[in-house]
Amino acid sequence: MIKKKECVAMLLAGGQGSRLYLLTQRVAKPAVSFGSKYRIIDFTLSNCINSGIDTVGVLTQYQPLALNEYIGNGQPWDMDRTFGGVTVLPPYQGQKRADWYKGTANAIYQNLHFLDKYDPDYVVVLSGDHIYKMDYSAMVDYHKRMGAACTIAVIDVPLSEASRFGIMNTTDDFRVYEFEEKPKNPKSTKASMGVYVFSKEKLYEYLIADEADETSDKDFGKNVIPAMLAGGEKLYAYPFKGYWKDVGTIDSLWEANMDLLGDRPSLNLNNPSWRIFSRHASNPPHFLGYGATVENSLITGGCEIYGTVINSVLSGGVKVAKGAVVKDSIIMRDCVISENAQVEYSIMDSDTTVGVNAKVGESKESGNGIALIGSGLDIKAGTVIPGGVRADSAYLDELLNGKEGK
Amino acid sequence: MASVVGIIFSNIHDHNVSELTRRRTMASVPFGCRYRLIDFTLSNVVNSGITHVGVVTHYNYQSLMDHIGTGKDWDLARRSGGIKILPPYITAFANAQNSLYNTRLEAVKSMLEFVSCCTEEYVLLSDCDVVCNIDFNELINAHISSGADITMAVKRMYITPDVKNYEVVESDADGRITDVSECNGIVSGYCDVNLNIMVMRRKYLENVILDASAHGYSSFTKDVIGRNLETSDFRVYRYDSYFASINSLTDYYMCNMDLLSSSARDSLFNVKNRPIYTKIRNSSPTVYEEGSNVRNSLIADGCIIHGTVENSILFRGVKVGKNTVIKNSIIMQDTLIGENASLNCVITDKDVVIRDGRVLSGHETRPFFIDKLTVV
Repeated sequence: MIKKKECVAMLLAGGQGSRLYLLTQRVAKPAVSFGSKYRIIDFTLSNCINSGIDTVGVLTQYQPLALNEYIGNGQPWDMDRTFGGVTVLPPYQGQKRADWYKGTANAIYQNLHFLDKYDPDYVVVLSGDHIYKMDYSAMVDYHKRMGAACTIAVIDVPLSEASRFGIMNTTDDFRVYEFEEKPKNPKSTKASMGVYVFSKEKLYEYLIADEADETSDKDFGKNVIPAMLAGGEKLYAYPFKGYWKDVGTIDSLWEANMDLLGDRPSLNLNNPSWRIFSRHASNPPHFLGYGATVENSLITGGCEIYGTVINSVLSGGVKVAKGAVVKDSIIMRDCVISENAQVEYSIMDSDTTVGVNAKVGESKESGNGIALIGSGLDIKAGTVIPGGVRADSAYLDELLNGKEGK
Repeated sequence: MASVVGIIFSNIHDHNVSELTRRRTMASVPFGCRYRLIDFTLSNVVNSGITHVGVVTHYNYQSLMDHIGTGKDWDLARRSGGIKILPPYITAFANAQNSLYNTRLEAVKSMLEFVSCCTEEYVLLSDCDVVCNIDFNELINAHISSGADITMAVKRMYITPDVKNYEVVESDADGRITDVSECNGIVSGYCDVNLNIMVMRRKYLENVILDASAHGYSSFTKDVIGRNLETSDFRVYRYDSYFASINSLTDYYMCNMDLLSSSARDSLFNVKNRPIYTKIRNSSPTVYEEGSNVRNSLIADGCIIHGTVENSILFRGVKVGKNTVIKNSIIMQDTLIGENASLNCVITDKDVVIRDGRVLSGHETRPFFIDKLTVV
């Protein structure tokens, strides 16, 4: 017999994250490395367990292999449970039909039988591509107190940026009367964080209705929330104060990583009462040799640093050789930066080797933007890769052939 | 592959580093930034495909149980087999003198029940303080193909007269053991030193235990090996990669400092398919602040560093304040060091606080030890 759970979380992790380009070529966005030893999804999963929600369905669709393997039995997040725990929910072939998830609402609709098993009173719907620390249990309490059908977490954004978000227009007591997706002339600065709490009956009612509507895009923001507003349901905004970032673009991913640096970082990972859990590679401690200069940076296990690292975030197993300089960059797992090579203002995916004297990226001040370097590349000695490019193996081949052509 | 059960002794050399073992077992002595001594043996066991392990305890083993937990960090949380902590076996009627064991053989006696309930054909006995990365399969295969009764792992080391606590193993050209003795303070030169890792048939161990109780024997090397050299076939297996054994606080200091050399790190941590596992603490990455200056040091996750660190080992969660200089020191988990302090050749145990401006120094041959939870 399965015990009833008061609260079950559904984590939408199927997004392709096409604006992360090379980084999401082989993995889904939630599985992209972040903050030296984490993946993006660690933040949402850790928030769940820290909020006391131990039953999470993870809806996957795009490139699920790495993500599924990463989540595994949920042990790193203490979700290897006899009752509940983490369950990966891929699209499936049913008796009558086989469908990909057509939208966020449809993804949950197709897994209502998963929710049935736990008979929850409240369903928390989350996305796996945001970086933030949030106590969902406080939001569920708020939802109960307000007697809401749906509560949507909102964060105050500058009015100038409000047109990039889904904006909640509310009365003074935070009751939502209108939802506008990316409005040209925003009336409020309350941006939806993509965190919803639904009372179960209402969720079922509107998901079933939305599924029946053939004109619907099967999306929470576009369809379900407006339908609930039109139906006169009580929708409340839950104001969240704290750090929150959508890391859907190369620039925002870079910024969010940099937000971890400094004496008083905007996002503090070092908080024993709200730990961010992650699956560990058994890396030995990191080593800084003679001649190493490391300033304002994050470094983790398995790294060996003999060169200079400034304003950067290094993942496990990165080697920085003598004379090499890494500045304003994010270097992912097991990359090797050889002697006297320079990496500046770049995001480098895992397992790439930068040859001696090679120069990757340009200074932040040059204005040419972030150089994005793919995974598993072998950047030959002396190669120069300018800022703002997206370098994969085809790009390197072209660069090499171009040189020979001269 | 042969079926093997592992038995690890967790308290066997506690008296060697009494400073560190006052509150814990030898097995749970912190080592190398993020490990406890037992991690090396446990990882070796797991990496050799042995998934059933008994850990023999004696006293003070709460920290060890805390560290091991369910064993999942070593992949030893198993439905069948897995890791079992074997608490000291005392009957309600035992008198004060013989209530607890003192030697390896007595320890094994107390767990006869564990040994006889196993189904594995072979048993591997190992101490907890053997810091090395060894493939036990080679040892086990050598044991099986030689047909010996017991095979002991040894390493050739240079012994000086002031070395204590080592057992020297002499053997003939075939590797058959001819003598085992304690370092006597006279011999110097290259000798085969007993690594305290041995393998034998489980049934053979059972017989040894029963015979030893019948005769009242207590020492494994002196009584079991020493008395039967002629009649039994005991052999050596030579291991020749990095090995650290901790016989004193100075040894402890030097062995940690060994890890600053890349050859020691490579032979311990960077062996293909044989990583060293430890309890996961989910520390955040280490933060190097502006103005930090760290050279030739091994640093764990979760540290926040403002000052200067040179030739040192920093465990998880250490904080180093502005303008503080730490040299040649071992700073254990969650030590807090304020601003403008200066430390040289210091070992701080866990959760120590060093206030602003303190100046502390020991010497390489006599490192200054600060006990757990001390505030300086």
